[in-house]
Amino acid sequence: MATFLPPPNKRQRREEVERTTTQQDVTPLLATDLGSFKANFVDSDGNQMTDVIEINFADATERNISVLLNTLLGRDREDFTPYRFRIHIPSKDIIVDHYPTDLLGLLQKHGVTNPFETTITLSAEPQAVFKVQAVSRMAHRIPGHGQPILACQFSPMSSGRLATGSGDNTARIWDTDTGTPKHTLKGHTGWVLGVSWSPDGERLATCSMDKTVRIWDPETGKPFGTDLKGHAKWVLAMAWEPYHLWRDGTARLASASKDGTCRIWVVNTGRTEHVLSGHKSSISCVRWGGNGNIYTGSHDKSVRVWDAVKGTLVHNMTTHAHWVNHIALSSDHALRTGYFDHTKDVPATEEGKREKARERFENAAKINGKVCERFVTASDDFTMYLWDPTNNGTKPVARLLGHQNKVNQVQFSPDGTLIASAGWDNSTKIWNARDGKFLKSLRGHVAPVYQCAWSADSRLLVTGSKDCTLKVWNARTGNLAMDLPGHEDEVYAVDWAADGKMVGSGGKDKAVRTWRN
Amino acid sequence: MPQNEHIERHTKLHGKRLDTEERARKKAAREGHKQSENAQNLRGLRAKLYAKERHAQKIQMRKAIKHHEERNVKGAAEEKEPANPIPAYLLDRANPTNAKALSSQIKNKRAEKAARFSVPIPKVKGISEEELFKVVKTGKKMHKKGWKRVVTKPTFVGPDFTRRPVKYERFIRPMGLRYKKANVTHPTLNVTVQLPILGVKKNPSNPLYTQLGVLSKGTIIEVNVSDLGIVTASGKIAWGRYAQITNNPENDGCLNAVLLV
Repeated sequence: MATFLPPPNKRQRREEVERTTTQQDVTPLLATDLGSFKANFVDSDGNQMTDVIEINFADATERNISVLLNTLLGRDREDFTPYRFRIHIPSKDIIVDHYPTDLLGLLQKHGVTNPFETTITLSAEPQAVFKVQAVSRMAHRIPGHGQPILACQFSPMSSGRLATGSGDNTARIWDTDTGTPKHTLKGHTGWVLGVSWSPDGERLATCSMDKTVRIWDPETGKPFGTDLKGHAKWVLAMAWEPYHLWRDGTARLASASKDGTCRIWVVNTGRTEHVLSGHKSSISCVRWGGNGNIYTGSHDKSVRVWDAVKGTLVHNMTTHAHWVNHIALSSDHALRTGYFDHTKDVPATEEGKREKARERFENAAKINGKVCERFVTASDDFTMYLWDPTNNGTKPVARLLGHQNKVNQVQFSPDGTLIASAGWDNSTKIWNARDGKFLKSLRGHVAPVYQCAWSADSRLLVTGSKDCTLKVWNARTGNLAMDLPGHEDEVYAVDWAADGKMVGSGGKDKAVRTWRN
Repeated sequence: MPQNEHIERHTKLHGKRLDTEERARKKAAREGHKQSENAQNLRGLRAKLYAKERHAQKIQMRKAIKHHEERNVKGAAEEKEPANPIPAYLLDRANPTNAKALSSQIKNKRAEKAARFSVPIPKVKGISEEELFKVVKTGKKMHKKGWKRVVTKPTFVGPDFTRRPVKYERFIRPMGLRYKKANVTHPTLNVTVQLPILGVKKNPSNPLYTQLGVLSKGTIIEVNVSDLGIVTASGKIAWGRYAQITNNPENDGCLNAVLLV
């Protein structure tokens, strides 16, 4: 027996009639003519890129404008570079970093009531043409080390090789694709405090508590030459000579020690070329710049710049009020990866490799068309300084204030536009690398943040902390992209592979972990 | 000239007595004897005040001696390697390791299976109900039936506890015997911290005692360790941890416990 619905009551009938007789209001759905504005595109140095062009507000999404700009620059569709735009509010000193969904609304909010006839300056920042995905899961947990892992670094060649140094006096090379150990580098008699791949990926250097530096062949796992002896105390940090500066068919390596000296070694012969002495206390960090300068930061509060060829002191900066903990160069990423880039085509000849490495360095360090390498120093006095030794000498460009505790590490993003600093105040902070302005604070860790590492496309940042977790952050929005628990104890070392595929980390729980998306 | 500097003024005008130095020396020499005499012979309030003053002096003295000892170390201190490997950026830092070491120790210990159920005091003397409860016999009806009990041992009572109406209250936990905090020690590190108690997990003598929150030797309590900054594996701050009471609180007037590892 069928069930009959009761007939609609009076109210329902009335509503039905009303609904069918009135016209639906569709104005919000229709594209209204919002008018247009004149866009003036400038690059990050402030030079005009194209003629001023009129753009409809209705079409003015960031992606559309990016495509438009590429077309105006006469590029082929395959060579399009994605751009991000910063909006200069007309007749005001405000620059909006984040492109809004509603541009007209933004302008009106800033008091530009009738923006239809004004020219708006948009500064275009080229983004990496590739995109790195945020790592989201643990790919491998590889036990092997008998003591905490103190340092780790990916090979510049690929994400397939990871080197770690540990408190059990060995360094190890791991095959991260399969999650298996590759080589155990035995020889040191003290904790291995640092591991560093040469920019061509053919050598691995380790420095140790036993006052020596050792060079290894990562393919065979055999030592290359003898150990480099000479330091009187622990060797704390190392830096390879940038690939395009290699002379006489050999690489050089700078090592910094607790005895206050920095030694430059000729790798092929094992000879000490220079001893840079002058610091009165332990040197905590050393960097080798692309135009032949060596930067050292020390516990005696000074930062020194040395000439690597002559071994002489160029600058001595004594502005910090406490230990200098870390130094980062604007060209760090380019120097570390040498001639390897995201396209994976490696030049066949030695000359070609050198030329490509030089070109990559110059692109990374170029400001206003001039190659000037900047560096930033992090200190125990809760501040950082941004330096430009080529233009400003010993005068800092900016003082980066904001951390509420010691700053442990600082990193330039690979494209050189942002600076990330990790501190003991449980936060990571993002700064503008051009003028040192504070941009964002990344909060979420509940214990000191020891290390941070950028992804190759400068969009993501991974931080490792004492609170046993890694966290991945979106650098532009400052949001937590991914929380990665899994370590059982403090995370001491973290690194993001140069091709962006993998994050490697190690810490007090003695197992290497690799993470991927 | 300020009014109170008349002695200085006099000295400036007329000089000091000829035997000033001798007198000062003798006074200083007598000082020890004087103190000894006071210490032996003062009685009552004055003895109390004297002892207090002397106590403060001695603390200052010990501090000064320690300070001098530290200063008098000959040559540079031996370069000592820290016991556990730490990365280069943590070397040479005075790390506040205590609380952290505490949590690592706990983790390492947990990894060993056998240790999971062992507690520092495995055997506990039982407490009989006759010992723990005193029968209330006051009042006419009480006298007849005698169903009301007073707990004679220290207890932990939660912060939001309100007493029930007299008619329904079977167990009375006296205010004077309630504890809120415990001195919690780590057995191997000898780090002692005073921590708030969160609850009584188990009193081994009797489940009823657990319910009443009786704190006797061997009782497992949960303490609030959030101040120590101990972190769980997922990166959250650990809140509660278990500890076992090691003393007889009713004898000592304080609560000592060891953190369970």
